[in-house]
Amino acid sequence: MGDAGQEHKKYEEDLLRPLLKTGRKFYLAVAILLAVFAFGLWAWIYQVRNGLGVTGLNRPVYWGFYITNFVFFIGISHAGTLISAILRLAHAEWRRAITRSAEVITVLVLFFGVFNIINDLGRPDRLFFIIKHAKFGSPLLWDVVSISLYMACSSIYLFIPLIPDIAFLRDKFKGTLRGFIFRFLSLGWTGSGKQWRRLEKAISAMAVLVIPIAVSVHTVVSYVFAMTIQPMWHSTIFGPYFVTGAIFSGIAALIIAMVIIRRSCHLESYLKPVHFNNLGLLLLVMSLLWFYFTFTENLTAFYGAEPSHLAVFYAKLTGPYAPFFWSMVFCCFIVPVGILSNRRTRTIRGTLVASLAVIMGMWLERFTIVLPTLINPRLPYHRGIYSPTWVEIAITAGSLAMFILLYVLFVKIFPIVSLWEIKQGREAGVEETAARVRGYLPGTSAT
Amino acid sequence: MSKWGMVIDLDRCTGCQACVAACMVENNVPFSTPEIEKRQRSISWMSVLTVTEGTYPDIRQRFIPRPCMHCENPPCVKVCPVGATYKNDEGLVAQIYTRCIGCRYCTNNCPYTLKYFNYFPPHWPKPMRKRLNPDVSVRQVGVVEKCTFCHHRLQKAKEKAGLEKRQLREEDYVPACVQTCPPRAIYFGDLDNPKSPVALLAKSSRAFRLLEELGTEPQVFYLTEGEWHG
Repeated sequence: MGDAGQEHKKYEEDLLRPLLKTGRKFYLAVAILLAVFAFGLWAWIYQVRNGLGVTGLNRPVYWGFYITNFVFFIGISHAGTLISAILRLAHAEWRRAITRSAEVITVLVLFFGVFNIINDLGRPDRLFFIIKHAKFGSPLLWDVVSISLYMACSSIYLFIPLIPDIAFLRDKFKGTLRGFIFRFLSLGWTGSGKQWRRLEKAISAMAVLVIPIAVSVHTVVSYVFAMTIQPMWHSTIFGPYFVTGAIFSGIAALIIAMVIIRRSCHLESYLKPVHFNNLGLLLLVMSLLWFYFTFTENLTAFYGAEPSHLAVFYAKLTGPYAPFFWSMVFCCFIVPVGILSNRRTRTIRGTLVASLAVIMGMWLERFTIVLPTLINPRLPYHRGIYSPTWVEIAITAGSLAMFILLYVLFVKIFPIVSLWEIKQGREAGVEETAARVRGYLPGTSAT
Repeated sequence: MSKWGMVIDLDRCTGCQACVAACMVENNVPFSTPEIEKRQRSISWMSVLTVTEGTYPDIRQRFIPRPCMHCENPPCVKVCPVGATYKNDEGLVAQIYTRCIGCRYCTNNCPYTLKYFNYFPPHWPKPMRKRLNPDVSVRQVGVVEKCTFCHHRLQKAKEKAGLEKRQLREEDYVPACVQTCPPRAIYFGDLDNPKSPVALLAKSSRAFRLLEELGTEPQVFYLTEGEWHG
């Protein structure tokens, strides 16, 4: 028993270290992120005052960077909640150290997805018309419903497993301002058997609920394009294609976050090579799936050879968007498959390189879905061009910086690796798994 | 109720662009500048496309004036999240500027690219500002606009007929482009009235519509002799 107690002390020490000690690097990171954010904020104010004329948008290219960012950020959000929910339901023991860092990505990045679509409105001051004059025939309204539901559910799903840790911190920081806030957030958690049973029940219920919602979110995001009658947007494959791409980019974002957390918080013995190996395998599977969808999508357009579809197809493969398209193929397929299919390169550094490539590639994927269709309208007389202005780039950089900043602050305020789940893994997880494996054997009574 | 429609005889069109100018003045559409045109942000509710077919010396040019098609099955209406664009009971695709949130979903789903976005507040040279048409509201920055078939003229015609205590006659309502067209290439009227010239011309063997295969059922018909290469 004393052994376990010592072990627990060590867990607490390791996992609470970022909350207690703040190094110079932290302030440096915050300062840089704040500076980028301030630049983005300035650009955003400039755009609000002058209208969308300050962007590179035109006729017929009515959507550009912001819609690309919207799809991209919402895509990233699929890592967290979805992966965490699936791993929890599958009783994958290796999940314990990574679920929270994944769930935080979801909750925070959703705000920037939503921000980017509000930012894209010509009249952001009329935002509430979406509720006042809501017309549910429009796919944009489906997005509003699905994304707000997802936001609510994934916030709850992040919060519920936080409660025992918050209560632990409440007791630790008793008497300080932090302790006071934690007391409020802990919702009267005492750790009684009844509370634990309810907690477990609530977590599993939310995990089940959150999966169909997450799938619906990126499906309806794809419907914004698929429900139009524009060439190469009007596609039945878009729902599953977008969901796959979302999970793909989400896992990549999770791996990057984990590498940074591992180094900056010294959690080398919690986020182990095995975690990166497992997530790397998942990333590999998603990369192959992504390639399959991309291939099908483009072959169908090429083989059907409708002139309006071919115009978009060639804009991507050989035309003005060819550099983006082929970089995307390189980043989303060649790099990750090259690195991750070999056990020797599927290391922490290897998965990090693959993930960085995938993140860039998936942004390019969104870009090459939005733009080539818009520059090639059906009537073959009006051709478009698009290049973003500094305003669009600044706002994009600013929203990315603010997302990372909020994530960094979360790591400072809450333990990013769930303390009670790690403890539980040692106390109950090992026994449980062993019992489960015994149950698989022939001739045992377990069901 | 009526179903207002237009028939444009491409064989008569000389490409003079008088309809474009008339439309701009009538509907308070701000002037374009070379700078705006370079950035592809010009607004022109009626725009004449020049299509060149073949190469020299076997060359032919066509002019295609394009107002809003006022589709019977308008793709832009379906996707609007706030009902700022809708099909009214006169058969017109209408736009409520004060409700539009500027998401530009409708502009992207118009297969004819005939909806326009106000990237900047409208601007006129000083002497022009007092000459704006008081019947047509000036659109603010950040909203979508498009041809209305001079809907305000229908309102006026209806009011006039009401004052004179009589039914609205088809010829009471004529959009500015139709009124202006020097070679009289544009016809306008009620497609539901079988005796109206537009209903008869729409049935002509010379008649076709743009992108008919999409099933949008435009209420703007074109007339031309021989094969169309759209």
